[in-house]
Amino acid sequence: MAMLHIVNQSPFERDSLASCLTLSLPGAGILLIEDAVVAVRTGSRVAEDLLAAMTDRHIYALGPDLDARGIARDTILPGIRCVDYAGFVQLTTEHNTLQSWL
Amino acid sequence: MGVEVNGHTVETDEEGYLVKLDDWNPEVAKAMAALEALTLTEPHWEVLHFLRGYYDEYQIAPTVRVLTKAIGRKLGPDKGNSKYLYGLFPKGPAKQACKYAGLPKPTGCR
Amino acid sequence: MPSSPPTKRFLCVNRKAPHGTGYAAEALEAVLMTAAFDQRLSLAFLDDGVYQLVQGQDTSDIGLKHFSATFKALGDFDVRTVYVDVESLEARGLTPSDLLPLHYEDEADDWAVKDLIQWVTRAQLAEIMDAQDVVLSF
Repeated sequence: MAMLHIVNQSPFERDSLASCLTLSLPGAGILLIEDAVVAVRTGSRVAEDLLAAMTDRHIYALGPDLDARGIARDTILPGIRCVDYAGFVQLTTEHNTLQSWL
Repeated sequence: MGVEVNGHTVETDEEGYLVKLDDWNPEVAKAMAALEALTLTEPHWEVLHFLRGYYDEYQIAPTVRVLTKAIGRKLGPDKGNSKYLYGLFPKGPAKQACKYAGLPKPTGCR
Repeated sequence: MPSSPPTKRFLCVNRKAPHGTGYAAEALEAVLMTAAFDQRLSLAFLDDGVYQLVQGQDTSDIGLKHFSATFKALGDFDVRTVYVDVESLEARGLTPSDLLPLHYEDEADDWAVKDLIQWVTRAQLAEIMDAQDVVLSF
C-alpha cells in the first residue's frame, strides 16, 4: 500500500501539516498524533483543507492524543478515523513507506 | 588523557583523538605515531596533508573509501588502494591517519 | 573487491533551518552513515530546509560547526541527486543562485563535473517521495 504520513505538530504552530497535505499522493494515509490532533476539530482554520484531502486520502487521528487534549469524538470532522495504539501499529504495517513530518 | 609534545601535554580523548583540533602541529603527529611505534615518512605526510586539506574544505573526515579514491586521483593509481594505505597505517588509514592528522574520528568508522 | 548492489532507495528529507535546532546536523550525520553502507541515497530540501543550502553561512560567532561545507562532499559519498523544492525557495525570496553550487565528479565519465542539484516542484517531489523504499525525515 501507499505511503503513511505521520504528523505530530500543531498546524497552528508549524507548516508540517500544510506541507504534508501538498506532498501526499492520492491513496496515501495521514496519521495525526500528539499536537497534530488539534487539527481535526470542526470549524478549525485547517478543517477545509482536511476535508478536501479526505476526498482521495485517508486521515486518521490517534484517540489517546485526542482524549488527552479534551477533544471529544462528537466535535471532530466527519470522515476522520480514530485509531488506538494497536491501530497505529496496524497502519504502519499496512503501508510500504513511512514519512514523518516533524 | 593526552600526548606529550616537547615537554607539555596535548589533550586527547580515550581513543587518542585530539580534543581541540587547533592543538595540532606536525610535532603532535610525530608524538602520536611514536606512541604506536610508527615513524612518519614522506608518504605518511602526503596522506596526513591530504586529510587536513579535505577536512578544512569539507569540515568532515573522509571515509576509507573516499580517502582511497581521492589519494589515487591525487597521488597516482599505485597509491590509491587500500593495500598501500594499510601498509602506511596498519591500524586503518582513516582511523590511524585521521588521528595523526588531528581530525575527529570519521563517521562510519568502528 | 566487488560490493553487493544497493538494494534500497533512501531519501533524506530536510525541512528544518540549519542552526536553531539539531535536526539538520543530525540529518547530515544520518546521510553519511547511510552512504557508508552503500545504499542508493538522495536528499531533498524543502520548506525551511532550503536554508541549509544557502551560501555564505558563517557560524563562527554562534559557536556551532559550519556543517554546510560538508554538503560539498556529498558526491564523494556517492550521493548523485539532491532535490530542491523551487516553491519553497520562492516562498522565502530565494533563487537557485542563492544556494551552494553542489557538484560531483563522475568517475564513469572521465571525472566530468556534474550538478548534484535537481530543481523540482512540490508535485514532482511528491512522486519522488512515493518512489522511495525508506524516507529519513528531519
